[in-house]
Amino acid sequence: MSSKTDPRQTASVPAKSSFTLSMLLYDQRYRSITIQIFALFVLMLGVAWLIDNVSSNLQLLGRTFGFGFLSQSAGYDINQRLIEYDSTMTHGRAALVGFLNTVVLAILGCILATVIGVVAGVLRLSSNWIVSRLVGFYVEIFRNIPTLIWILIFGAIMAEGMPAPSAFRGETPTAFMLFDAVAITNRGVFVPSILFATELGTVNLGLISPSLNWLLIIAVLLASFYAARALVSHANRVQNATGVRPTTWWKILALIFVPISVVFIALGAHLQLPELRGFNFAGGLHLRNSFIAMWLGLGIYTGAFIAEIVRGGILAISKGQTEAAYALGLQPGRTMRLVILPQALRVIIPPLISQYLNLTKNTSLGLAVGYMDLRSTLGGITINQTGRELEGMMLLMLIYLALSLTISALMNVYNNRVKLKER
Amino acid sequence: MSDTHSNTVAYVRDTMLPQTEPPLTEKGALKWLRENLFSGWLNTGLTLIALFIIWQALMAVGPWLLNSVWNAGSLRECRDILDGATGACFAVIVDRWHQLLFGFYPRHLYWRPVLALVLLFVALSPVLFPSLPRRLLTFTAIYPFLAYHLLWGGSVWLPIGAALGFVVGALAYIGLKRVNNLLAVFGAVLAPVLWWLVLAGPFDSTMSAVLPWGLEFVRSDRFGGFLISLVIGISGISLSLPLGILLALGRQSDMIFIKSVCVVFIEFIRGVPLITLLFTASLLLNFFLPPGTSFDLILRVIIMVTLFASAYMAEVVRGGLAALPKGQYEAADALGLDYWKAQRLIIMPQALKISIPGIVNTFIGLFKDTTLVVFIGLLDPIGLSNAIRASTDWNGIYWELFIFIGLLFFIFCFGMSRYSLYLERKLKRDHR
Repeated sequence: MSSKTDPRQTASVPAKSSFTLSMLLYDQRYRSITIQIFALFVLMLGVAWLIDNVSSNLQLLGRTFGFGFLSQSAGYDINQRLIEYDSTMTHGRAALVGFLNTVVLAILGCILATVIGVVAGVLRLSSNWIVSRLVGFYVEIFRNIPTLIWILIFGAIMAEGMPAPSAFRGETPTAFMLFDAVAITNRGVFVPSILFATELGTVNLGLISPSLNWLLIIAVLLASFYAARALVSHANRVQNATGVRPTTWWKILALIFVPISVVFIALGAHLQLPELRGFNFAGGLHLRNSFIAMWLGLGIYTGAFIAEIVRGGILAISKGQTEAAYALGLQPGRTMRLVILPQALRVIIPPLISQYLNLTKNTSLGLAVGYMDLRSTLGGITINQTGRELEGMMLLMLIYLALSLTISALMNVYNNRVKLKER
Repeated sequence: MSDTHSNTVAYVRDTMLPQTEPPLTEKGALKWLRENLFSGWLNTGLTLIALFIIWQALMAVGPWLLNSVWNAGSLRECRDILDGATGACFAVIVDRWHQLLFGFYPRHLYWRPVLALVLLFVALSPVLFPSLPRRLLTFTAIYPFLAYHLLWGGSVWLPIGAALGFVVGALAYIGLKRVNNLLAVFGAVLAPVLWWLVLAGPFDSTMSAVLPWGLEFVRSDRFGGFLISLVIGISGISLSLPLGILLALGRQSDMIFIKSVCVVFIEFIRGVPLITLLFTASLLLNFFLPPGTSFDLILRVIIMVTLFASAYMAEVVRGGLAALPKGQYEAADALGLDYWKAQRLIIMPQALKISIPGIVNTFIGLFKDTTLVVFIGLLDPIGLSNAIRASTDWNGIYWELFIFIGLLFFIFCFGMSRYSLYLERKLKRDHR
């Protein structure tokens, strides 16, 4: 299809050809330019028509185009917020709260979906008849029913199927907390939260002001993982040079767990358990029904797709690879880890990226169960209150687009690292 | 044993032993159980866990399903009949199935959507099963206009006028082809556009005045339930495939401008959630149209769903195109085929065959995504289940409605995925 390889073009180019006007249509070399200029013309005409329509419509409505509404006072509450927010703050702040809710749901959903998907994908290949059938049933039933229905079903399970907080009360309660720490009620799930005796204060970053304690913990964790990776690559070097791999497992465990434990102890970290107070639980972390329904709905639904991807990836590796690994004397576990998985990952990663993107975009269904994500705040209440649907929807689309492009860029970096290095 | 042998060789058996039965654990059900369920500690544990899960699920759902009530006027009546026992109340489906399937479509006209669905299978059959006579394809070409008329009704001349546009285009192409090829292409594009813009309106009104034939008109807001999912889903499916192929070809094109337009379109659509596009269709489209114009909400949704699915389709087809060896393109060029002929005869049949699983997955995704129209106020099955729950009779009923809706979607989506498996197997055979 490429014109470079077109035989007529190479064969029919005369040694000297003077340009005539008809060549714009009949000569392959010029025709593509004609078509493109024509298409550009049509496109510009269409865009001009749209812009003209928008401006005349705005004029008719007596409205101007602008994003000033973002700095007006929002006047509505958001029940799940990761940063400080109340109804006197601006629409822009409300949008940021919604954005963070979207991001948190997307990240936790992707983690849940990956865990479920990998386990289900491996189990579906199991030689155990009953297990593979059971997992097959899960995959088919979740893949063929819309995610919105699953979200609503999980919402209904939480709201209708779980005990009320009052069931935990009295001499003979009908419901019990899991491990005395987690309470699953029809008003949400209550889990223990981590409190610190020593607060290092917060750092003001303008829009958000994260707690220094958590920043310190994240920094220590990152440093530990970096050190562990350095240790592993050192072990690889030693193995390549001498053929003997130094023992690393206990060093890695120590590198990861000792520093973080020291930090936790130094900061006086302790768990705050939820307890029944009045008509509801208090203390601990309150995960709302809307969040749980979205998280389970999206995670388990996407997990079914990831299971199929993982299964396909493992099946794509030819049996000869396993046999070759066994012939080299590798144990089944090592065969999986060193031979099969690195190759299967190459097949798995690209479709996995698009599943992560789908999950992120599906978080916009939060409205169905009242989850206050970006679409419910900026794309919902803010648009309704200010009447700025044009600007609001444009902003909403741009933010989702930026989020999607960021995720695919990050995953593509990872994909390039596991990709087969061909010479 | 004979004596002679016993003298020379110590122990030789010269008669066959009768065959014995295989050990009990190596045959029949026991062997199967041992090999498939209890072959080791891990497998045994997994089996037990799986059995436990199945047992729990059966215990939770079984009595509820078995003890279901099918005839009652309201949830309270249901509970009276059950008298405290656990049981499902499928009476809501018996009471409201027509709403879940047809929305508020007039009851005496139910035969029209049903007939349209039956005819859909007739129209699809020559596409799906190549062994059927090719003459049926004519009916497939007529079907969209017929289905429109059956569903919406109104004057019969409106769909006929729209269909005549294609006839005019074909006539213009054939007529002008004798003069000049390029002119014929322009004519084939311009003539129908002119027909639709200028002549179709007067044609419709005069013919309606002369011969007022037609079915009773049904407004779009009477549509609902599974009918609306099917209308949006099937229109989106049939329109997004050709559009997606064009976008994929555009993205592969050497023309830098065409290519960049296609890339921007595909990446934009794939980067935003469908729900924002649907909101654009319902809230913003009036901004982009000349003041005072507006058109049907279902049509707007179909356009948006089609655009959305076509971007995904384009990526699937692009994968198929990329998987073709370069020799195929070069062979087409060597045969002297022009671009469209090469695409139609050599490239596309192979590329589409490779991408069948992806195409069908996109179809299934599109069909499932039709449930999102509930957010812009169309009464799809989920919207109607909310409406039914809001009525005093059925306030507080959840699972029965979810099961019914989920089952309907499952049947369609599972059917599509099974067909794709069948198609893959069938096409694989001739590709040795």
